[in-house]
Amino acid sequence: MPHITRRALAAATAVLLGATALTACGSGSGGGEGAGTGPVELTYWAWAPGMDKVAALWNAEHPDIRVTVQKQASGDDLVTKIITAAKAHEGPDLVQAEYQALPTLVSNDALADIAKETRGVEDKFAPGVWQQTTFGGEAVYALPQDSGPMMFFYRADLFRQYGLTVPTTWDEFAATARALKEKAPDKALTTFSANDAGLFAGLAQQAGARWWTFEGDTWKVGVDDAATRKVADFWGGLVAEGAIDNQPMYTPAWNKALNTGEQIAWVSAVWAPGTLTTAAPATKGKWAMAPLPQWTRGASATGSWGGSSTAVTSDSQHKEAAAKFAVWLNTDPKALAALVKESGIYPAATAAQTSGALAQAPDFFSNQPDFYTRAAEIAKTTAPAAWGPNVNVAYTSFKDEFGKAAKARTRAAFGTALTSVRNTTVADLRKQGFEVAP
Amino acid sequence: MTQPARGVRRSYGVKAAPYGFLLPAAVLFVLFFALPIGYAIRLSFHKIEIKGLGLGKGAKSEVFAGLENYTSALTDPEFTAGALRVLGYGALVVPVMLGLALLFALLLDSERVRARSFARLAIFLPYAVPGVIAAVLWGFLYLPDVSPFHFLLDRLGLPRPDLMDGGPLYLAMANIAVWGGTGFNMIVIYTALRSLPAEIYEAAKLDGCSEFQIALRVKIPMVAPSLVLTFFFSVIATLQVFNEPTTLRPLTNGIPSTWSPLMKVYNDAFTGGNIHAASATAVILALATFVLSFALLRASNRRTAQGAGR
Repeated sequence: MPHITRRALAAATAVLLGATALTACGSGSGGGEGAGTGPVELTYWAWAPGMDKVAALWNAEHPDIRVTVQKQASGDDLVTKIITAAKAHEGPDLVQAEYQALPTLVSNDALADIAKETRGVEDKFAPGVWQQTTFGGEAVYALPQDSGPMMFFYRADLFRQYGLTVPTTWDEFAATARALKEKAPDKALTTFSANDAGLFAGLAQQAGARWWTFEGDTWKVGVDDAATRKVADFWGGLVAEGAIDNQPMYTPAWNKALNTGEQIAWVSAVWAPGTLTTAAPATKGKWAMAPLPQWTRGASATGSWGGSSTAVTSDSQHKEAAAKFAVWLNTDPKALAALVKESGIYPAATAAQTSGALAQAPDFFSNQPDFYTRAAEIAKTTAPAAWGPNVNVAYTSFKDEFGKAAKARTRAAFGTALTSVRNTTVADLRKQGFEVAP
Repeated sequence: MTQPARGVRRSYGVKAAPYGFLLPAAVLFVLFFALPIGYAIRLSFHKIEIKGLGLGKGAKSEVFAGLENYTSALTDPEFTAGALRVLGYGALVVPVMLGLALLFALLLDSERVRARSFARLAIFLPYAVPGVIAAVLWGFLYLPDVSPFHFLLDRLGLPRPDLMDGGPLYLAMANIAVWGGTGFNMIVIYTALRSLPAEIYEAAKLDGCSEFQIALRVKIPMVAPSLVLTFFFSVIATLQVFNEPTTLRPLTNGIPSTWSPLMKVYNDAFTGGNIHAASATAVILALATFVLSFALLRASNRRTAQGAGR
């Protein structure tokens, strides 16, 4: 009876397919549902290179808590992934998260409050950094891992050649840009880039901006506050008069401009040596670092650009163990030394910033042996930042609006762009259902 | 007495067999096609409601939103602007790409062509380059400071056009699509040409047709169905343009994050975290694609039917 065999075959195929589909749905990430006996198993989503080697150090010393690192993509993609995993209750126990993403994660109920487990570690970090993991409240949502205090990087050799002095105020910065244009019209001090909102956010932070604050149950958006307006106006003015370039960073053209000395300075953060090593290899040993120019003479404040934290997820079955690992990872001298060596990060813990691991200047800045000593001094002056639950929306809007403004090359366009970013941010919060102060 | 019983069993088996064969495909269709679409439609009618500051446990809940997501998507000026940009881009890409594909196919099919298989491969090869890679490649060629073309123009003392902004941006973007898509469409049309019987050409030649007249009066009308097919594919691909603008965006100030409607969907879902609004926009886009391609298909069918009637 051939037709029965065939039917059986078809049925078997259907069952098989169904089974495949079911396994596909059922297999999880295997995060954190360890049994009561044996060591506690923790999974950790992180993107920093070499994190698995740092976790191996922990595993060797702590047989009762085993941490497995699962390498992830950095930035916004991971935020989406964490939120999705939290919705499905399939998340890991620990995640690496950028500071500005924390409110978004918390508002999606993805992170646990670990205030109880982390009592007493607060004073190991600069207040401006610590505040970004607590939003100024009682709860602690993450531990600071690395920070990106901002600095001014310049080509020491070309500054000498054109007779320029290192600017200490933003007025001097503008004067330097103009002086360079006069002496060498085909060169520019730097560029205003609209493709990374983090840089602009850091500059606004330095000027004293507070982009998201709350009172009671109401959010207040200060993206266009007086301090930020001052920063936008300053850069808009420089672009409008043609003193600096208006093309975005991180493009092949930008690499070339840095490598050939068409652009001779870069407002960046402590991790700049790494970027310059790949973007402008021909300029090794020719750069120097100085504190960021200030708005008032004699002041010392800087913003932060980049940096991330370690957070425990709300789904973790072992919050205490996870918090214990997070504290070890970000405060233990041995762990921090390994993070500096294996992951190349700039630690947020203040003691580690002057430790032996950072005794030597980065290779690219071998001409400035006290690089990290000065960096630690600058890091202490980091101004507080205030992040809200829709930083991503504000950042995307920044790229669109300031892209247009940079193209228009007028001062007024920068002001309009800032207003648009503010309106988009507020409209999005309202649309999501948040209460927003007018 | 076993005879009738066997007969019943057999007829039952014969009746059930088609459904049995359909089952695997139907299961897969429902699981991986109908179910996700249904879920997206469900999402598009819901939204998130927030209590208090929106921080902490239970601060967010999903509620029914009715048509709210749809009205806000349709009244969003960025969405309509994006749709217009894509229509302008499509008006450039589709005719140029299909025109070139038809021209190359006819040239390859003509009798006196040399190095046919090499030429066919050379024209087809860009199709094998992934869209993102192609966009990166062309992006580097467009950037004034690193492009060899701009270097040459500079040497010749000619002005260097900025291809990554304003009007020229459409040309730059269309060029990438034409470069990548012509080969595929050419192969489809060429295959149709090769399957035409040789007697027709013979008859045309006996009637005194030149090669050019054969191409115009015989070949093109006879490959009309494949022209319709390639047109259909190209329109759908154009409406879904995403890779090229997304890849070129970091290189210039001229491409906003909502350049094409699909980029807006991505943006809403993955940077804004608003899957409900993104689902509504996606459903609108799918419906628009469906209506547009259906209308085009109807129109072309009517024309072919008329042609056959003559």
